[in-house]
Amino acid sequence: MDRSLVTAAVLFGLLLAMPFLLPLIGSAYLSGLIIKAMLLAIAAISLDLLIGHGGMISLGHAAFVGVGAYATAIALENGVDDIFLLLLITLAVTGLTALVSGSLALRTSGLYFLMITLAFGQMIYFTLTSLAAYGGDDGLTLWSLATVFGSNVLQGGNGLYYLVLGTLFATWWGVYRISRSRFGRVLRAARDNPERAEVMGYPVVRFRLIAYMIAAMIAGVSGLLLVQHAEFVSPALATWQRSGDLIVVIVLGGLATRNGAILGAFFIVIVEEVLGSFIHEWRLIYGPLLVLMVLFAKGGISHLLMPKGAKGYAS
Amino acid sequence: MSTTLFLILCLNGLQYGMLLFLIAAGLTLVFGVMGFINLAHGVQYMVGAYLAFAYVQLTGSFMLAVILSLVTALILGLLLEHFIFRHLYNRDHLDQVLATFGIIIFLNELAKVIFGPATLSIAPPEFLSGSIQLTETLRYPIYRFVTIFAGLVVALGLYLTISFTRIGMLIRAGATSAEMVSALGVNIQRLFMIVFGVGAMLAGFAGVIAAPIFAIEPGMGDNILIVAFVVIITGGIGSIGGAFFAALLVGLIDTLGRSLATEILSTVFNPSFANQIGPALASMLIYILMAAILVFRPKGLLPAKGVS
Repeated sequence: MDRSLVTAAVLFGLLLAMPFLLPLIGSAYLSGLIIKAMLLAIAAISLDLLIGHGGMISLGHAAFVGVGAYATAIALENGVDDIFLLLLITLAVTGLTALVSGSLALRTSGLYFLMITLAFGQMIYFTLTSLAAYGGDDGLTLWSLATVFGSNVLQGGNGLYYLVLGTLFATWWGVYRISRSRFGRVLRAARDNPERAEVMGYPVVRFRLIAYMIAAMIAGVSGLLLVQHAEFVSPALATWQRSGDLIVVIVLGGLATRNGAILGAFFIVIVEEVLGSFIHEWRLIYGPLLVLMVLFAKGGISHLLMPKGAKGYAS
Repeated sequence: MSTTLFLILCLNGLQYGMLLFLIAAGLTLVFGVMGFINLAHGVQYMVGAYLAFAYVQLTGSFMLAVILSLVTALILGLLLEHFIFRHLYNRDHLDQVLATFGIIIFLNELAKVIFGPATLSIAPPEFLSGSIQLTETLRYPIYRFVTIFAGLVVALGLYLTISFTRIGMLIRAGATSAEMVSALGVNIQRLFMIVFGVGAMLAGFAGVIAAPIFAIEPGMGDNILIVAFVVIITGGIGSIGGAFFAALLVGLIDTLGRSLATEILSTVFNPSFANQIGPALASMLIYILMAAILVFRPKGLLPAKGVS
C-alpha cells in the first residue's frame, strides 16, 4: 500500500479522535490551534492545485480567503445565516472574482503571472479596507454566526471542529481526485510543457482558468469557516504576506504531494507557537530558516516520510 | 478645484513617480538580466530609509548620511548577492520567492527590534528645507523639487550607461541571452553582481530621499514593492525607459486619483455614494491601468528589445 495513504490515515485518524483526547489533557486552546492549522491546510491544498499541479505561482491567493470571508460576513450582517446559503454565496462571489481576475492574469504566465496575481491580490485588499460600512481597516466583529437548519451546533465546540475537519477531508480528497483525473493530467502536462499540451489540442488557458477558479472557491470556503471560527473578519486576511505564508506551507510540505499541504500547515502552526513561546521576535529565526530551507533542503516534509526513490513529483 | 491645487498634485505625482522609478529601475534590471524575482527589493528601500535615520542621528549631517547610507546599502546588497541570491539564479521562481520572502520577514522584524514599531521621521537638511514661490499663490517645498531632480539625474545616468557604455552593452546582451554572453568570455557572475549591487543601491537611495517625506516604519517597503511591480509590468519587464514612463504615469494617476476621485464621482452620483466609492476606486486605479495595458499590450508600454 502507498505510504502516503498510511500517513493520511494516521493524520485524519488523529484529527478525528482529537476532541475525545483533548478533554483528557484539558485544553481548549489546543483545539483552537488545531482548527487554525486545518483552516490553513484547506487554503494551502487549494494553492497546491495551482502551484504544484498547475505550475501557476500565484502570490495573491490569500485574497480569495479574504473575499470568501467578507462575502460570508456581509451576508451574515444582512441577515442570511443558513450555512448552505452562505456557502452558495461564498462560492459564487469567489468564483466570479476568480473568473474576472483569472481571465486577465492567465493571459500571461511565469513571472508576469506571479506579479499580476500579487497586484490583483493587493487590489482586493485595498477594496476590502475601503468597505467603510463593514469596518474598513479595523475589520468587523460578527454578532451572529451561521446556523444549520436553524440550529447553532456549528457555532463552536465539537460541531465547528468536525465541520472544519470534514471540509479539510473533502478538500484533500477532492483535490486528490482532481489531480488523478484527466483534467489534472492535462494541467500537469501544461505545467511541464504548455506548447506541447496546446499542440495536442488541449485549450491550456481554459484548463488553467478552471483550476484557478476551483482553487479560489476552496480558498473562499476556508474564509467562510474562518469567519465562523474567529467571529471576526478583517482585511489583514487578504494581505500578500498571507499569500506568502501559504506558499511557504506547501513548499515546506512538498509540492503536489498528497499530504504535503496538511503536514506543512501543522508544521508552520507548531513552529510559530513553539518559537513564539520562547521569544517574542520569533520571525528573526523564522525568516533565516526559510532561506536556509530553500538553499539546503529541497522537497519538503512529505519527502522525508517517503521511502527513497518513491514516485511522486517534487519541483 | 483650483489650478494651484491641481499643479501641486501634479508635482506630488511627479515626485512619487520619481521615487517609484528609483525602485523599479533596479527591480526591472535584476528581472531582465538575471530572470530573478527579488521580493526583498522593497525591504532594501526600507533599509535605505532606516540607514538615513541612523546616520543622521549619528553624524548630524544629512548629506553625510546620504553618502554613508548609499555605501552601506551597496555593501548590504553585495553581501546578500554573495551569500544568498547567487545560489538562486538557476533555481525556479518558487525558490526565489521563498528565499526573498524569508529575507523580508527577517529584515522587517529586525527593523522593529532595533528601532521599535513606531513610525520615525527625519527633517530635510537645513539648506533644502524652504519652499519656492512658483506663482503668486503657489509655493512648493525645495526638498521635493530636489527629489524630482535627483530622480531625473539617475534616470539620465542609467540611460546613458545602458545605451553607450561597455557595461551597458553587456547588460543589454545579458538580458537577451546570459548564456551566450557568458560563452563569449564575459564574467557573467561579476556582471550579475554589479547589476544587483546597483539595484540595491538605487532602492536604498529611494529610501534615503523618501525618509524626510514619508514615515519610516517596519514594512514600509512591502506596499511600495507591489506598486513597483505594477510599474515594471506596465512599462515592460527589463526596460529602463518603460520603467521611467510607467513610473511617472503610475505616480501621477495614483496621486491625482486619490485626491480627485471622490470629487469627480460626486459630479455624476450623489455625494454619499461618491464618498463611499471614491477612495476604493482611487486605490484601484493603478491596478485597473495595469490590467488595461495587459489586455492591449501584454508586453508593456515600452518592452525591452529581445527579451522574450
